[in-house]
Amino acid sequence: MIKEATKIIETIQISKVYGTEAYPIRALNGISLTIQKGEFIAIMGPSGSGKSTLLNILACLDRPTDGRYLLAGEDVSHYDRNQLANIRSRQLGFIFQSYNLLPRLTALENVMLPMIYYRDNPLTLAEREEKAAHALEGVGLENRMTHYPNQLSGGQQQRVAVARALINDPILILADEPTGNLDTKSSREILELLGQLHERGRTIVLVTHEADIAHYTQRILLIRDGLLASDRRNGKRTNGGSEKPRKTGKARTA
Amino acid sequence: MNFREMVRISWKSLLSNKMRSLLTMLGVIIGVAAVIVMISISAGTEATISESISGLGTNLVFIMGNISRAGPGAGFQGMQGGLVYDDMTAIGDRINGVAGVTVEQQTSVTVKAGNTTLESITILGATPDYPTVRDVSVSKGRFYNEQELDRASKVVVLGSGVAEELFGEDDPIGQSIYASNVKLTVIGVLAEKGLVSGTDFDQQIYTPITVVFKKFTPSMFARMTGDRVRQIIVSVDPDADMDKVIEQITLLLANRHEVSLDALDFTMLTQSDIIETQESTTSSFRVLLAWVAGVSLIVGGIGIMNIMLVSVTERTREIGLRQAVGATPGDIQTQFLTEAMMLSLMGGLIGVIVGVLGGILFGALSDMRTVIEAYSIILSFTSAALIGIAFGYLPARRAAQLDPIESLRHE
Ligand SMILES: Nc1ncnc2c1ncn2[C@@H]1O[C@H](COP(=O)(O)OP(=O)(O)OP(=O)(O)O)[C@@H](O)[C@H]1O
Ligand SMILES: [Mg+2]
Repeated sequence: MIKEATKIIETIQISKVYGTEAYPIRALNGISLTIQKGEFIAIMGPSGSGKSTLLNILACLDRPTDGRYLLAGEDVSHYDRNQLANIRSRQLGFIFQSYNLLPRLTALENVMLPMIYYRDNPLTLAEREEKAAHALEGVGLENRMTHYPNQLSGGQQQRVAVARALINDPILILADEPTGNLDTKSSREILELLGQLHERGRTIVLVTHEADIAHYTQRILLIRDGLLASDRRNGKRTNGGSEKPRKTGKARTA
Repeated sequence: MNFREMVRISWKSLLSNKMRSLLTMLGVIIGVAAVIVMISISAGTEATISESISGLGTNLVFIMGNISRAGPGAGFQGMQGGLVYDDMTAIGDRINGVAGVTVEQQTSVTVKAGNTTLESITILGATPDYPTVRDVSVSKGRFYNEQELDRASKVVVLGSGVAEELFGEDDPIGQSIYASNVKLTVIGVLAEKGLVSGTDFDQQIYTPITVVFKKFTPSMFARMTGDRVRQIIVSVDPDADMDKVIEQITLLLANRHEVSLDALDFTMLTQSDIIETQESTTSSFRVLLAWVAGVSLIVGGIGIMNIMLVSVTERTREIGLRQAVGATPGDIQTQFLTEAMMLSLMGGLIGVIVGVLGGILFGALSDMRTVIEAYSIILSFTSAALIGIAFGYLPARRAAQLDPIESLRHE
């Protein structure tokens, strides 16, 4: 029972085939992996190897063509769109390369967005605002709450996106090249932020091209041609984030 | 997600693109306004018509001769058919429950008095019952009497307009006028009545029908047709039984014309018959207007659908993002449906205001009368709402069916 609870992700031979039957494009060719609660993992691999495809399936944005995906012990491989939406709403937080903030909403409103879709949310509007404000404080944007995305730098926008990913208290945070659009300095800030979240016990899976970035994590999955080519620990144990990643900035209060 | 949140989201997204929202609503605004204005015009027309029908007189029965209809074996007499002057006298004398009976025979004359000449004035020959039957009153002097009718006295009563044009401020009573060179003495002036069913009572002059027969219709024709009249108008006593009076008149005339009851050479029409005919024409007019208005509402709905479809494409990324953070297809569908509804409701509201003002303005600025009907407001507003749902459905469904990943990749 306890062991079951600590295993957040288990995939069994998941594959994904795009295209037609005549010309199938095999993006994933049977990937089996297990992720424990509190891990901070980087998925690496050359372009077109299937990283995003894998992450999208883990994020319940997509379904595997074959194989099983167990999220917190629950087999979600054959869930319908409504069930997947509910899982995304309650269990998952997603960070995109291109931030994907809604341009007509303020930073605060963007952070509040996932709460709207959280079914039977008991929080009142005021409580939600307070919670979102708190989340923005946690990413160091307490002075930017009423700013619109186009009034924020790329790094600030991505921090809003991080706050948004956290707002429904997910069991897993997934990020597809979260620093892909950022300069070195902003990238480091975002990674430090993720590092702090990891320290506080969050489970994080991120996709990246850059070895630099992978160094912030504890475990690196290398994907090649839709297959898991290697699974290597970053010289550290993977037991729930009591250790600091290599580069840690000054801690922020969350 | 609850209803209030849905409305809040939709409201925000409509506000965020005011120009597009306004353009989208335009079709509905025009449609709703068109419905209200058109119904107000048709209601105004109906009111005018029904007033003019009741303005014809009170409790009237119109009897018209079917000159062309010949009964089988009726010979020359039958071919003549129709009504004669004496039919009227007989109805007045022999039927109970008749308040008044008159005939009308008219022709066009040139009227002269002093230096003033008026072309194409209708001279209307009738009987002393005419004011009762036609519901007109005499404002100055008097109407002609039975004696003058019998003797074909050359007296005339002027319509108020004619009196004004011929004599201005002067008193016309006792003066002479020439109607196509026949000298007539003015004995009275009618009170203003205006235009009723296309007849301007104020622009006519009135003489005993015997004068018209003698002086203004060719004597040859009169001799041949035997003082034939086009129609006899009977005013039925309000207390009398209309059906009984009609039955008696039918029997009397059939008897006088020597025709059988199933081959009558005349037709009777009551005022309520006329009202019914008018109602059926105005109601088909109304149906036509309803169609026009309905089509414009549907065009408005198609406008909403088009812009919502464009909006769905434009906002594909937003839809993907909302799904990624937990929106179900149903949430997305509800959002777009709510937006379409709000657009059509707001469009409907503005359309009601525009339509009511437009109807009032149209009535004030044109010579058509308009009556704003409450039902037109309710009807058009609810149709706008329904159209919002109907035409918002397709775009909303399309939005809901979008795949989150593909949407997020959309540029
Ligand atoms: N919707 C799709 N339809 C068809 N083929 C697809 C689709 N999405 C991905 N693929 C294919 O699947 C393979 C894996 O794509 P994926 O986006 O997962 O690669 P990636 O590892 O994330 O690459 P990158 O590092 O460039 O982002 C590629 O060959 C790609 O062309
Ligand atoms: Mg990718």
